Amino acid sequence: MITLMMTLPLAAGVTAFIIRNDKARRALLQWTARLHFLLTALTVWMHVRYGMGLNLFSGYFGGLSPRDHAPAWFAYDALGLFFIGITSLLFLGAAHYAVAYLAAEKRDPGEDADAGFIFNNAPETVFTGCLLLFLAAMTAVTASRNMGLLWALVEATTLLSAPLIYFHRHKRSLEATWKYLLICSVGIALALMGNLFLGAAGLKTGAGLDLPALFYNAAALDKPLLKAAFLFLFVGYGTKMGLSPFHTWLPDAHSEAPAVVSALLSGALLNCAFLGILRANAVCAEAGLADFTGGILMLFGFLSILTAALFMLGQRDYKRLLAYSSIEHMGILALGAGLGGGAAFGAMLGALSHSLTKAGLFFTSGVVLASEKTKRIADVRGLWRRAPATAVLWLAGFFLITGMPPSGIFLAKFLVLKEAIRLGHYWLAGGYLFFLAVLFAGMAKVFIAMTFGEREAKAGEKPFEEPRGMLVPAAVFFVIVVSLGLYLPGWLNMLLESAAAGLGGAAGAGL
Amino acid sequence: MHTFAELIIVLIILLDLALAVTGSLSSCIRLVAVQGVVAGLLPLMAGAGAPHTRALLFAAVIVTLKGAVFPWLLMRARDKSGARKDVEPLISYPASILLCIGAFIASSWMGSRLPLPETQVAWIVPASLATIFTGFLLITTRSKAITQVLGYLVIENGIYIFGLALFVEQPMMVELAILLDVFVAVFVMGIAIFHISREFDHIDTAELSELSDWRRGEYGK
Repeated sequence: MITLMMTLPLAAGVTAFIIRNDKARRALLQWTARLHFLLTALTVWMHVRYGMGLNLFSGYFGGLSPRDHAPAWFAYDALGLFFIGITSLLFLGAAHYAVAYLAAEKRDPGEDADAGFIFNNAPETVFTGCLLLFLAAMTAVTASRNMGLLWALVEATTLLSAPLIYFHRHKRSLEATWKYLLICSVGIALALMGNLFLGAAGLKTGAGLDLPALFYNAAALDKPLLKAAFLFLFVGYGTKMGLSPFHTWLPDAHSEAPAVVSALLSGALLNCAFLGILRANAVCAEAGLADFTGGILMLFGFLSILTAALFMLGQRDYKRLLAYSSIEHMGILALGAGLGGGAAFGAMLGALSHSLTKAGLFFTSGVVLASEKTKRIADVRGLWRRAPATAVLWLAGFFLITGMPPSGIFLAKFLVLKEAIRLGHYWLAGGYLFFLAVLFAGMAKVFIAMTFGEREAKAGEKPFEEPRGMLVPAAVFFVIVVSLGLYLPGWLNMLLESAAAGLGGAAGAGL
Repeated sequence: MHTFAELIIVLIILLDLALAVTGSLSSCIRLVAVQGVVAGLLPLMAGAGAPHTRALLFAAVIVTLKGAVFPWLLMRARDKSGARKDVEPLISYPASILLCIGAFIASSWMGSRLPLPETQVAWIVPASLATIFTGFLLITTRSKAITQVLGYLVIENGIYIFGLALFVEQPMMVELAILLDVFVAVFVMGIAIFHISREFDHIDTAELSELSDWRRGEYGK
């Protein structure tokens, strides 16, 4: 099943490079996404129904020494399953959006209203192919059982998504692509150092970089080396995840990439990097270093929320605004994972809700861009007069992302806060609330002004027909997030709990 | 037995220093290639007795990639971009070499402080750390996109040597995957350099500064 899930997008991606017919290629993209989602849903259902391997790789672990049989490279545990579920659902929406988007781009090649120049797009074959290969790489990341392989695949996601960011061929997107490539590659090189330290920590036990073997031998791992390993892995994957102060590539890449790519980067890719940190964290927690790793996660999580709040105020570009909001949410996830207990559950719920909401918002931002031809906040006013459905979604997305109840994000933010207070981190809880309030105020100003406000007719403006294919995925995602805040189905609750337990020793204890 | 290996370590440190002072872009590309080849040969020298077929095969792959394929890709990127033939450092060469020597002293100190397992080859940990520092130096103080790729490769060399020092044996599949990643990275970066040179008429990364929250550029007024 896992093999099929990985090879399907891989084969489709390679095929997409050679298909000449646009319609056929877009259909391939759509059907691959649908099939992949079906396979993922089936895998999740099987794991929940039969309880297979919901604990950390238990299906393959079962108390045996992992050396007894040849190590499998790929297997799903609850945490991996949870993240592939998000990724696959997101990609399903993104594929449908992309088909409408590519058709629109074909009819109306790009013109950059902000700088007033015309640019070409990258060939659609490359775009679709890379999109599908990107999905294959992310599937493999969530399934990989070996930290070394995980590293190689995370780097592969960087390389495969770089051409996606450079879809619109102009200076600014090129600059964003270069920064993304270089900062992430160098950052991830540091994670490779972390892997080496991790291997050295388990040298005497012969654990290698196989995760189940590392868990099995956790007590015998060399503690100082393990700490060094965690630090390097944290900085490496933290760069990719967009935690402050390693986030510098993120606003550029998210603002310059096409909306559908921003949605995938923000909703799926950042989670994959987070998974790398969580795996390292789980090994450390198992070895009794939960306090050390938890402290680091909390520190940088809080720092990210603070950074996002500072840069959110006075932001001039609405896609950059969304990018900073992603940094904020990554901060909340790290904070939740660091606090453990109920907050770990909150972090998992937050990861799901944030991915869906932010993807929906980026989808909508693409329509706003198509309607207004600018990314400058100051130039978009009275959106509801021109594109009412878009404006409704834009405002709904704002309420969801800032955590208005009822929504999964509200629940997640609340659980993190509750755990911080329960553990007696009053200053942290206070600062967290304060910066969330700042973020709310900063975003409210922008979103309300953009949606309402007085609209001045621009010269030569044609009436705008809202593309339904680009709005429906966003609407569906928003509905899911709202219902997550109202009712959590039993199977999802179970998956979330086992995923939270997979974060490591201390995290599971509070449940 | 380890005399050869120790000679290689000395050579790697000398190459770091040479990279810090070399002004010609093509010499820099060659120096990085030599360093990659030398680092690739290191495991064959360090092991006792005849090396395994696996080690031989792996060394052959590394030497081909780092010694032939990467320099070829980078030289092509350099020629196509029509860039000036020197590296245009942002700081003077003496400052570069002082920083490099400083980094080496710091790495020797760190190497003695790190709780690492005993290594058989003297100076291998400081040499690897110094190489990583040199890579960062190249990325931060040289203005061309192509030197940033070179810096990335030097960092990769350093990490590779560091891995040898720790005796961490990764499975073959993982090592090959890492090499493949590095190869594709250089390839993609090479294409990006080509686009940068066409779009901006040069490959000076100082021009890549339009996207920022700090400065009010043309865009975002």
